[in-house]
Amino acid sequence: MSHIKDTILSVNEKKESALIPFLTAGFPKPDLFLELALTILESGGDLLEIGIPFSDPLADGPTIQASSQEALSNGINVRKTFELCREIRKNTDKPLILMTYINPVLAYGLKEFAESCVETGINGVIIPDLPPEEASDWKDIAGEKGVDTIFLVAPTTNKERFPLINGYTSGFIYYVSTTGVTGSTKKLPEELIRNLEDVRKLSRWPVAVGFGISTPEQVAMLAPHADGIIVGSAIIRKIQETDSDKVVDEIKTMIKQLKKATCLSSRWRSSEAKAGVS
Amino acid sequence: MLPDISGHFGKYGGRFVPETLMPALYELEEAYTQARKDPSFEEELENLLKSYVGRPTPLYYASRLSDQLGNLKVYLKREDLNHTGAHKINNTIGQVLLARRMGKKRIIAETGAGQHGVATATAAALFGMECDIYMGEIDIERQALNVFRMKMLGAQVIPVKSGSKTLKDAVNETIRDWVTNIRNTHYIIGSVVGPHPYPMIVRDFQSVIGEETREQIMELEGKLPDILVACVGGGSNSIGLFYPFFDDPVEFIGVEAAGEKDPATGDQTEVKHAATLGFGTPGVLHGSMSYILQDHDGQILEAHSIAAGLDYPGVGPEHSFYKDKGRARYVSVTDSEAIKAFNRLAELEGILPALESAHALAYLPRLSEEKEKHNPQDQWLVVLNLSGRGDKDVHTLAEAMEVSI
Repeated sequence: MSHIKDTILSVNEKKESALIPFLTAGFPKPDLFLELALTILESGGDLLEIGIPFSDPLADGPTIQASSQEALSNGINVRKTFELCREIRKNTDKPLILMTYINPVLAYGLKEFAESCVETGINGVIIPDLPPEEASDWKDIAGEKGVDTIFLVAPTTNKERFPLINGYTSGFIYYVSTTGVTGSTKKLPEELIRNLEDVRKLSRWPVAVGFGISTPEQVAMLAPHADGIIVGSAIIRKIQETDSDKVVDEIKTMIKQLKKATCLSSRWRSSEAKAGVS
Repeated sequence: MLPDISGHFGKYGGRFVPETLMPALYELEEAYTQARKDPSFEEELENLLKSYVGRPTPLYYASRLSDQLGNLKVYLKREDLNHTGAHKINNTIGQVLLARRMGKKRIIAETGAGQHGVATATAAALFGMECDIYMGEIDIERQALNVFRMKMLGAQVIPVKSGSKTLKDAVNETIRDWVTNIRNTHYIIGSVVGPHPYPMIVRDFQSVIGEETREQIMELEGKLPDILVACVGGGSNSIGLFYPFFDDPVEFIGVEAAGEKDPATGDQTEVKHAATLGFGTPGVLHGSMSYILQDHDGQILEAHSIAAGLDYPGVGPEHSFYKDKGRARYVSVTDSEAIKAFNRLAELEGILPALESAHALAYLPRLSEEKEKHNPQDQWLVVLNLSGRGDKDVHTLAEAMEVSI
């Protein structure tokens, strides 16, 4: 049973790709973060990914780094992130996913972290610097508590390695669109769609794509080929660039456009390969 | 033999990196294993170390220093006499040869004091490879001489403006570059840190220090040393000296940077330092599990040392393993103790040591006292790794001593 997977599949049944927006916990300010989180979930976000700020986020580009730094200086830590999630959970049934680096999890305690996830209504966790090779302790604990761990597949992941990740992940597979960090401005690689289709064919789980996806046009292009689409840096950038009295409206408009793009395509795939696979 | 097959030294080490990098780490491990089996690789490396780097470096008996210490007979392993002025080049030459075997055309590296940056730029120039060096903005300011040297050697020095703007953030930025350009780029890590197989590769390339020391001391003294002393930042010069003596009855002492801490006064938790093994706790930084400086929330803390090369909140996983096992002892000395030791070596032996190496030297008087207390009659044979020369530090020193030059 995975609420994350079930949600993505039920969105897919409507011939849409699931939209998974990202926010940094407590950014730009804790209250505004809560308002933005609920706005996103009400205006088209099918799931929400929440980043725990970290001092050394080596998978992130400058945009998310800056939001992380700002959240840290607002006093956000792991405990406070959980408190914020508890507030969001009071107002939504949609899946909530935490993105965190491994060190804050280790400092908090693996078992304690999994317990806090359950207690505050977190459905899954993404830990970008925890490859399957190092993940067995966490996987056992999280699995026992029913918390999904979403592993990443990258363009450099080869055929020999894929089954390892496919066996470890739960909830979905996070397909990294391009070599690089989050929010890279490079255009999406030409082989992306083919790679996505390859991964979807082999995967036991829904496949969501992220990294460098910022516009409704990109979302519309990818929607027929991905079960979910993750948009992070573009949302954070919009928050950074917008006056705080207008930011909720701006984000609402943005999410609506992105959501619309997930169901725009006329080339929507006919065969629902993932439905019925458990 | 450590690390084990998955790159762990006991519970330390491992590969805590984004998925994009994992295949590259396996590729590197495979290339390294193959290279080490290839006699032509060994031969080329050996030739370059001899004819280009200037190895073997001398093992020098510091008689006036020893006289002053009384019960310690101190030999200095003169890594400062290597081409480019420090031990760093032992590793960069080896890794550039590896990069070439893997068909990588571009080299990237982080640098703190600039010694590793210079050694990398040098090796890249030697093989005509493109080279980008990431360096914290604050380090660029305090190591202007090395920045200029790197540029003269054809490298591009990229300022890092994120976080603390020092070595830790330079490593982050280099990893980000590597994730982005993984297909054509090799990352030369400068110390025994980072994800497996780096701590192993860097250790092996630096082990030439200890291997030579063993031969030289046997020739000079007819026996192994009692004690090895070296400074520890990331820990590459110390592991290079220690590792070949791992199975011998030889005491290892690693000297960390206590920065502005004063051991004589009470609680100093807020005071900045870089004594990761002394005051840190286990965690994950830059791809491996090791002792790190962190707060209770797992956020990485800024380190401080007057020696830019020690100014790092992490340490090699093999050192963490040695610490827990009790195989090595880790102590720390302050900025001001290091400056005193710098002056002492200059006056007694006519050698200006790097501020990093001055930390190792600064521990000698305390070591002498300790040994005196326990065994007043005994003489101890000590080898200290003089990991680099002090020319790069004269501005820092002048400032600390309030002299204008």
